[in-house]
Amino acid sequence: MTAVSDPSQLSDLVAEATDTRVNLDFESEGMTLNMGPQHPATHGTLRIVAKLDGEQVISAEPICGYMHRGYEKIVEVRSYPQINALINRIDWLGSFANEVPFILAAEKLMGVEAPPRAQWIRTILFEMSRVANISLFLGDFGLQLGGMTAGFYAFRDREHVLNMIESATGGRFHPNFDRIGGLKDDLPKGWIADSHVAMDKLLAFCDEMEDLLVGNEIFQSRTRGIGVIPADIALNYGLSGANLRASGVDWDLRRDGCPPGLVYDQADWKVWTHPDGDCFARTWVRLQETREAAKIVKQLLDTIPAGPVMAKVPRIIKVPEGEAYVATENPLGEMGYYIVSKGELVPFRVKIRSASFNNISIVPWVARGAYVPDLISILGSLYFILGDIDR
Amino acid sequence: MGLVESGRVPKPLSKLLNLSRKYSIWAYQWGLACCAIEMGAAFASPRYDVMRLGVIPFPASPRQADLVVIAGTVTDKLAPAVVRLYEQMPDPKYVISMGSCANCGGPYWDSYSVTKGVDQLIPVDVYVPGCPPRPEALLEGILLLQERIAHEDMAERWKGEPIVVN
Repeated sequence: MTAVSDPSQLSDLVAEATDTRVNLDFESEGMTLNMGPQHPATHGTLRIVAKLDGEQVISAEPICGYMHRGYEKIVEVRSYPQINALINRIDWLGSFANEVPFILAAEKLMGVEAPPRAQWIRTILFEMSRVANISLFLGDFGLQLGGMTAGFYAFRDREHVLNMIESATGGRFHPNFDRIGGLKDDLPKGWIADSHVAMDKLLAFCDEMEDLLVGNEIFQSRTRGIGVIPADIALNYGLSGANLRASGVDWDLRRDGCPPGLVYDQADWKVWTHPDGDCFARTWVRLQETREAAKIVKQLLDTIPAGPVMAKVPRIIKVPEGEAYVATENPLGEMGYYIVSKGELVPFRVKIRSASFNNISIVPWVARGAYVPDLISILGSLYFILGDIDR
Repeated sequence: MGLVESGRVPKPLSKLLNLSRKYSIWAYQWGLACCAIEMGAAFASPRYDVMRLGVIPFPASPRQADLVVIAGTVTDKLAPAVVRLYEQMPDPKYVISMGSCANCGGPYWDSYSVTKGVDQLIPVDVYVPGCPPRPEALLEGILLLQERIAHEDMAERWKGEPIVVN
């Protein structure tokens, strides 16, 4: 240690030492940021507890259960038609898509097959609910990143699809249109022509969103390279749907494991993937999926076969003893129902495999090291529905 | 303001105050479940456009809000947050309970985790039935609330005493 003779130099040293001591006093474990349980970026009531170091996230833990409504227990005391009305409300943006795997699983146990016309209409409504779901995602994601206009446009154009679903099923939001063995009603007069017009409007909406949102420079700088999920990590965490396809995994249950009862093989369409795995890729894949869904609807509308929409089923539905699992590619990813029946009016046990629960399980992995504003991009682009997480 | 606080307001003045309060409701959106989307359609879509009724649906926090719309299923885990939200709002404050779940539990009437009615937690002014209610139904609920505000006796409502539920 050298001796300090100059008084000014000495005072400098003292000041430095004081600064260090003060800094040590102020140093802490970092800051804990609590997002939720009500936060606009969490689509409802998800709570994220993030530990921050400055602006960087050290760890983020999603705490779910604020929307847990006890589905799997309730359905044990509901008959099959009652369950059908209830499970509409799991993923509330694409309600019709929730019914289909359950009905298909029950049909599989009963050995009933819906007539071809019912299968066609089911597939059409399934894809319409996908359009209704993902079009809101495009608007909502824009809204979260600061682009209000996208939200207004999405709500405007989503109404076209909801109108068509409503005129066919009677329910704007929760159709409850599926029955074991077919559908409740046939299509109303003039519905096919109107649906063509509605789908054309939605295709125009996709073009508009591509210009307005996806092509926007600010949007790209906030999403490109943010929240990258490599393909192997995505597979290990059990991601499905567009989140998986955005990581470059070419897997779609509509093509690769379509259960009998849906007629995706009758339409010409394409599964879109993106190699990047970042927030932008997830948005882009969803945008293309909306287009493909509209195209599937337009193709199937022209080839609906004639015939009845309901197979012969007993008046009182009793599902014979057995177990069945049917999964379909819902707007959010793989959704499946595992039904265990003991031959009674009510199922013995129903396990619901919903996509969002697995999709948010990757949040702690992907949020580590991200910045706080990027957390919004990551959460928004993973796209979960709270009812689908907590059930 | 002393007169207003004690509630003894001359009738023409109270009419005027009620009229202006009626058309400047700041509504906080407490969207929980399916109803949140229909509330979004009513509040943020050009088709239903709630602002023409004099409702401003974008307060940044409940501390700036006059009205909260409880839209969706309230679960027991979320119940403390709902109560806290209500306590944060400044008086006079109003609550619209939207949808069957918030009204009475709705389709989850026998669930172990759902609060059967938000009125067990906070006082509710208007109940909007439906599962989920159409956006028009929510707009009608807002009109009913405005009716209520217009005929409100300030001495009663502005007393500042907390309303106790149960």
